[in-house]
Amino acid sequence: MQSETKSRVDKLTSPAGHPVTVLRFEGDIASTSKDAVLGTYQGLPKDTAKLILLDFTKVDYINSSGIALVIQLLIEAANAAQKVYAFGLSAHFTKVFTMVGITKYAGLFPGQAEALAAL
Amino acid sequence: MSEFKSATVEVRLPSRLGFEKVAMSSAASVAKLMGFREDRVEDLKTAVAEACINAIEHGNRLNEKLSVGVVLSAGGDKLEVKVIDDGKGMMKQPAKPDIDRKMHGEEGPRGMGMFLIQALVDEAEWVAGCDGKSSYVRLVIRLDKEAE
Repeated sequence: MQSETKSRVDKLTSPAGHPVTVLRFEGDIASTSKDAVLGTYQGLPKDTAKLILLDFTKVDYINSSGIALVIQLLIEAANAAQKVYAFGLSAHFTKVFTMVGITKYAGLFPGQAEALAAL
Repeated sequence: MSEFKSATVEVRLPSRLGFEKVAMSSAASVAKLMGFREDRVEDLKTAVAEACINAIEHGNRLNEKLSVGVVLSAGGDKLEVKVIDDGKGMMKQPAKPDIDRKMHGEEGPRGMGMFLIQALVDEAEWVAGCDGKSSYVRLVIRLDKEAE
């Protein structure tokens, strides 16, 4: 029933010249998404991937188990001195992420261009 | 907008994660027929999904022999949703999740579902079944008169 979560990694450079790692998600973010969310994140080199962007543009459904995976990612990133930002959330999930406090630990941007410009 | 004529829709879900999306779609369809704004439909979808996930995981403990009942009662200016499972119901409300405590490992990353339900609908109550079974959560979402 849940659509499988796909993820891929892109490496970009911000206009300010900083290397940025983008994790692009597609499908649902739910309890079955552990490998796609945490597994993909954990495969990044912690010494060089210091700026991480989460792309939710192609995600339609995020439930509380999916939010928990994002929080777990944020905890691991904080422990590795990585900064995490996100973009592409719908207005509803922007509200939900704000309500649960994720915005205290991950800046949200409407799109990739706005996010990169801020890094 | 004229008042919506009362209607009841019932859905039964298997206790399998993912099927909460069937209840979400049904609730969204009824809410749209009633004239709810798109943002309120999204609030309802998330609240219904979380209520069903709780029923599947905690109420019916993922036992696929048990089903989760979802009753959508539309009438007047409100939509009531009951999500019924075969669990004993909640003995006490969990503490409000705290992102700082989660980030510092002082509480687990999960436990957002009930908080989201309460934050996204106008009324939410958890009722334990008198026979130790058939517990339910009752959600109410109202049409926003000012936005009509």
